[in-house]
Amino acid sequence: MAEMRMREALREALREEMLRDETIFLMGEDIGLYGGSYAVTKGLLEEFGEARVIDTPIAESGIVGAGIGAAMGGLRPMVELMTINFSFLALDQIVNSAAKLYHMSNGQINVPLVIRMASGGGSQLAATHSHSLEGLYAHFPGLKVVCPSNAADAKGLLKRAFRDDNTVIFIEHTANYAIKGEVPDDPDFLIEFGVANILREGTDVTIVGYGGSVHQATRAATLLEEQEEISAEVIDLRTLRPLDMDTVIASVKKTNRCVIVEDAWRFGGFGGELAAQVMEHAFDWLDAPVARVACKDVPLPYNRNLEFAALPSEEDVVDAVLGMFKE
Amino acid sequence: MTTETTSPAGTSLGAEQLGKFLYEMMLIRRFEEKCGELYTKGKIRGFLHLYTGQEACAVGSMAALEERDKIVTHYRDHGHALARGLDPDRVMAELFGKATGVSGGRGGSMHLYDVSKGFLGGYAIVAAHLPLAVGLGMASNMKKEGFVTLCVFGDGSVGEGEFHEALNLSVLWNTPTTFFCENNLYGMGVPFHASLSTDIPKLAAAYNMPAVSVDGMDVIAVHEATRKAVEHARSGKGPYFIEAMTYRYRGHSMSDPELYRLKDEIEEYRQRDAIERLKTHLMEAGQLDEARYQELIARVEQVVDEAVEFSEQSPQPGIDTLYDHLYKEPSDG
Repeated sequence: MAEMRMREALREALREEMLRDETIFLMGEDIGLYGGSYAVTKGLLEEFGEARVIDTPIAESGIVGAGIGAAMGGLRPMVELMTINFSFLALDQIVNSAAKLYHMSNGQINVPLVIRMASGGGSQLAATHSHSLEGLYAHFPGLKVVCPSNAADAKGLLKRAFRDDNTVIFIEHTANYAIKGEVPDDPDFLIEFGVANILREGTDVTIVGYGGSVHQATRAATLLEEQEEISAEVIDLRTLRPLDMDTVIASVKKTNRCVIVEDAWRFGGFGGELAAQVMEHAFDWLDAPVARVACKDVPLPYNRNLEFAALPSEEDVVDAVLGMFKE
Repeated sequence: MTTETTSPAGTSLGAEQLGKFLYEMMLIRRFEEKCGELYTKGKIRGFLHLYTGQEACAVGSMAALEERDKIVTHYRDHGHALARGLDPDRVMAELFGKATGVSGGRGGSMHLYDVSKGFLGGYAIVAAHLPLAVGLGMASNMKKEGFVTLCVFGDGSVGEGEFHEALNLSVLWNTPTTFFCENNLYGMGVPFHASLSTDIPKLAAAYNMPAVSVDGMDVIAVHEATRKAVEHARSGKGPYFIEAMTYRYRGHSMSDPELYRLKDEIEEYRQRDAIERLKTHLMEAGQLDEARYQELIARVEQVVDEAVEFSEQSPQPGIDTLYDHLYKEPSDG
């Protein structure tokens, strides 16, 4: 075990997997000479050379499409899209080619491609650069969607992504890059997809988060315990597709209450899917309607006060929990 | 950029090869005519884009490929599939949506695949497969497999950003790609001159890619150009661009009222029909006679009839297979 930030854990995963499998190569915007916009790929060009760490033009659709083609040709590419905001420009490739080829070709063509992108608001980058789209990608059958919340998970999940025979959308919340944690150094350390992580056990309410929102959930649980003597169980979904609903349902059956926290917009969001599934599978165990804490229904403003008013906070989570205990 | 014209008389292709071209073009023509009939009978559903008129493009280009080469093409893809040697029975069965179809009934007309033939698909989103061809080229280079990817698309593709992104990337990364543009003059109903401010080969030339324009209704010209492009790619010189000037006799799809063109125009192009031209050439050269030609007609008729019969008799995919091939699992091999 070694302590490192999530960006370093991601780099370790890339390095180890590239050493393990020579069909893996990286391409993306500024991942080489620049070292990656969030410094994840720093040093990899020097170590692996320009044949395996390829700086690309700013052409999201083209490079994702090239990644798909390379995967069809027997390689295991990783495409870094700098940020998830630019993935709109590659949406057709992701949705119509990567997600569908295996099914449409009747199992003849699979696309083992990892697409990494930074996500989330909170950095005063304004509306075009602050998206949380984990739920959008989870909407499409054929994709796998991974969103780590900490350094160790980031490493284990990214390594696992390179061993998948399907396209994995790997979403990294920018607020998580600098968070430090203990990370296993076993080269075969993998975290399976579809296995949620119970970050904190509790008995009174289940708080579910993913990616960046796990941290509001955890901080809220601490506040609830210290100030309200409410014991909250916190679940980090880790992957949205496949989705580990069993862990969530088992928890809700124990706590009888469920709050879902996400950085994405509430309307039509992934939280609605979670809430519906909780209702379908644990309706009789619920002592209160499922609550959702999410981004306010506006494009994220530049101004710091306005942006923070729009994003979900731990206070919002505490309020949602307290609302469930009011008679 | 150069414009090439090759007359049949100037070809080095032998009688056997030319006879094969004639047969393949006739097969595609009859196959497509049958598809049109079957569509009106409701046997084939969804969108159906017939290739009639453009046969020389598929037949001439595919013949320039080796077995290890790959093909990605557009949604008007029956001709390419047949010219590449996909089983007509299974292509037709796919149009019927049957379990025996090349895509197991999941793709339909626009999404034909046969990996065993290097036929990596018809792509129904305009220009979506151009970047894929670049990626396949990267794989060929990195794995040193020496395969070339033939990427076929229509003139409608050139307005898409992906067209430009793919051309640029392929030159930057020196991928063994043959970009083959079937310019049939219309992007659905919009004449290509109304949707492009320049000539298509100039776009490729702007990305420092060799580009030629050929008569796409002359199978020999198409073949010679593609052979040159494929050799160029295989020798490590990178991508090459071919514009084949062609014409589709039928509407864009089966639901096209064809308000955008005159019947005279269709008739004018029929005068240049690729099948008729090759047939005339072979007869004049003494390499084909009427009896042999009638045999070819009977043979394609039989192949198409058998494909229809096979498709009729084939089972529907089971409802229990609905979720098949959603994700590839390690156990899938």
